Amino acid sequence: MNTLSILAASVLVLGAAPTLAIAAGAQGQHVMEAAGAQPESGASPMKQAAAPAAMPMGAMDHGDMNMQGGSAPADARDPHAYSGGYTLDSGKYALAGPRQLRLADEHSFGTLLVDRLERVDTRDATSTAFDAQAWFGRDYDRLVVKAEGDYANGRLEEARTELLWGHAIASYWDAQLGLRYDTGEGPDRSWLAFGIQGLAPYWFELDATAYVGNEGRSALRVEAEYELPITQRLVLQPRGEINLYGKKDEANGMGSGLTDATFGLRLRYEVSRQFAPYIGVEWNNKFGQTADLARAEGASTRETRWVAGLRFWF
Amino acid sequence: MPARFSPIGTPVTLNRRRFVQGLAAGGVLAGLPGLLHAAADRAPSTVTGAAPVLRGTEIDLVVAESPVNFTGNPRMATTINGSIPAPTLRLREGDTVTIRVTNRLREATSIHWHGIILPYQMDGVPGISFAGIAPGETFTYRFKLEQTGTYWYHSHSGMQELTGMYGALIVEPREGEPVRADRDYVVQLSDWTDEAPMQVFAKLKTQSDYYNYNQPTVADFFRDASTDGLKSAIDKRKMWNEMRMSPTDLADLSGATLTFLMNGTTPAGNWTGLFRRGERVRLRFINGAGNSFYDVRIPGLKMTVIQSDGVDVEPVTVDEFRFGPGETYDVLVEPKDDAYTLFAQAMDRSGYARGTLAVQPGLTAPVPALDKVEWLTMADMMGAMGGMAGMDHSAMAGGMKDRNHTAMPMQHNMPGMNHGAMAMDHSQHAMAENPLDKASQTVRHARTEYGPSTDMRVDMPRTNLDDPGIGLRNNGRRVLTLADLSTVGGPIDPRGAEREIELHLTGNMERYAWSLDGLEFGQSTPVHLRYGERVRVILHNDTMMTHPMHLHGMWSELETADGAFQARRHTIPVQPAQRISFLVTADALGRWAWHCHLMFHMDAGMFRQVVVS
Repeated sequence: MNTLSILAASVLVLGAAPTLAIAAGAQGQHVMEAAGAQPESGASPMKQAAAPAAMPMGAMDHGDMNMQGGSAPADARDPHAYSGGYTLDSGKYALAGPRQLRLADEHSFGTLLVDRLERVDTRDATSTAFDAQAWFGRDYDRLVVKAEGDYANGRLEEARTELLWGHAIASYWDAQLGLRYDTGEGPDRSWLAFGIQGLAPYWFELDATAYVGNEGRSALRVEAEYELPITQRLVLQPRGEINLYGKKDEANGMGSGLTDATFGLRLRYEVSRQFAPYIGVEWNNKFGQTADLARAEGASTRETRWVAGLRFWF
Repeated sequence: MPARFSPIGTPVTLNRRRFVQGLAAGGVLAGLPGLLHAAADRAPSTVTGAAPVLRGTEIDLVVAESPVNFTGNPRMATTINGSIPAPTLRLREGDTVTIRVTNRLREATSIHWHGIILPYQMDGVPGISFAGIAPGETFTYRFKLEQTGTYWYHSHSGMQELTGMYGALIVEPREGEPVRADRDYVVQLSDWTDEAPMQVFAKLKTQSDYYNYNQPTVADFFRDASTDGLKSAIDKRKMWNEMRMSPTDLADLSGATLTFLMNGTTPAGNWTGLFRRGERVRLRFINGAGNSFYDVRIPGLKMTVIQSDGVDVEPVTVDEFRFGPGETYDVLVEPKDDAYTLFAQAMDRSGYARGTLAVQPGLTAPVPALDKVEWLTMADMMGAMGGMAGMDHSAMAGGMKDRNHTAMPMQHNMPGMNHGAMAMDHSQHAMAENPLDKASQTVRHARTEYGPSTDMRVDMPRTNLDDPGIGLRNNGRRVLTLADLSTVGGPIDPRGAEREIELHLTGNMERYAWSLDGLEFGQSTPVHLRYGERVRVILHNDTMMTHPMHLHGMWSELETADGAFQARRHTIPVQPAQRISFLVTADALGRWAWHCHLMFHMDAGMFRQVVVS
């Protein structure tokens, strides 16, 4: 697979994710189902007002409604139409000097989430893996740092670090633009990164990023997570990841095309929302040239990994 | 809720109970750890329970830090004259009062007189009415009381209200109290968190359901599937999941961080008001909470509501009422037994505030169990469309009237729809001469509601006022609704609306962003009202939460969807997917605040400035 096709694939995935998500929820394809339960004629007003409570969701007929996303119609209301030319800090009765009242929408927040910090056991070896994401900024623009990698035998085997500007583009989606830097046993690589991250319908957390590197390199990485609460504190987290590379990078053990896919299940107990130990299992498969390179090194192409670790944020 | 564990790792079921129930002697400090010793040496512990009463026309208030202990963990509160609640101010109609507020904090403070009509410079909103009160400074408020009733006051700076700065303000009628009552108690509800409020905010920004321990689980799904069938269980969840909305998103904070207080007293502390058999007791309920709606009832006693937001209403007898931060209700009760529980459960059913009415101290009555958590319904998400089958039909017809019927294929699918009512409504519409006689039913979303700040929009809102709200529908009790309120004497201004202003209540729960028209305060421009005009405000709720909307400086005269006057309020709760309207007479020159009174929504930007000029 050449760079062009990987870029095409990237565009497809990056386009498809929001299309699937943004547009599906948004561009009018989100068909609300409405109306259907039996009204109780003659019921008291109290009871009538109360009846919807008993109505099951979804047991309804159709009526197109467009409750999420989309673009504003031409005749949408101007939110400044009532201002009469006044602004927050100018015009009659405004306090002197610069505007004092600034609420949390003009305040920056930040978080460091260590989604995975785990001991990984395979048939052949043990290692330590980490996957963290930090952000700092406001609701619609923020600095995002992502870091993922693993250590074995006291050495950093591989690590991917990304520094991104995240910008909200839809209710549930941020576009991200920035740099990625790979280090580890093989030669370092740097990339330009462009991706989207957000929440797809049915609560799938999706992170899809396309990369362009030196010497005509390109890559695509798609990660999806789901949170399935068994109880209020016991959460099962399925997680999948695929990687594609546009150009063979033998020194880093990468072929071109689909290099590997991972699917894992982690069961965590939330001691608090911010601190949860977990156990899990993960399957990793290498494909194509990447699998060939692994075999040539005597490594396995298919791996079952047992993991135990911590998820925490602050 | 399962036992809570502290992050450090000790299982603390006991602590958890103490946390929810509070210390019996909450506020009184026993054994302070080192960190607080120094402060405690300087500042005496906060006085909690029934607040001291201050009267007259000259009042001095001092804002300072003082130690409290509601949960077993000593904390510093910001207090007024060292008590939680702050002193009850009993002022007299017609008096001009001078209130000196001295700031002994290390940060700026302010006091807002909630619901009091006064010059804008006295309204106490830093950055709008004045510069705030700097540390060490004294600000002198002076205003004339032109109204009567139960009101309250609180800090309007940062999160100081949540950390203890709230008190009752009662304006007594000059000619004497027309309501005969043998006892008169202020019952001020509030909430307390041991966490720093901005830390709570930061957590919500990272994970907006952080404090929700009533989330739908796999276990719930299997239970539903086994009782109602698999398809029904899937249907019940499908749309919520598809839209990435939570049906148990009832409150942002919960008992997981809040201790619910009645007159500054924990449930275990059990604030008690005394009475003698045969007496008539007036209870002035004030919701001074930072972020909690309360559902209040007194098992075994009917409550006759006589005032709402300080304004007399035609008496209406109920078993229960819901009110949000900012609202007040005065009720009369005539207890016959020895003891009754004042029970105020939080709207999300994660806890309750509790007190007792008794003939002697120490008596208690049973404390009811919390009601079950109910999922939000279609009506809460989609308004009239979702609630179609069960809605009040006249309101429904009103909602459709101005719409293009061909655009509504579902209209014909509505089983049992009262076509007679609809037809009648049409004829009325045809006869109506002035289009401003009632609120416009045409939904006009702002163009800024189509971006990342907003997670949903309601195209067919419900306009009926007779819905007690989620968790109170069909509960077997007579629950107060806005439709039950009828202000004595009618509106203050007989004029109809000269024009309409439509504002949408918006938010994005996943981002924990709250706004009006999809614009947070920082990006907004003021709403300008021409001095003297009578204007209709339409508030249209595009979120799944109830927002108590408080307009400073002027009354909000709530009307029905048909344009009939309902009640004069200073804080109007707007339910999910509801569209309500009220009239305002812009008779107060200056700049005013207008915001959701849930503190975290306000601070997130669900806030507007109003200019009257």
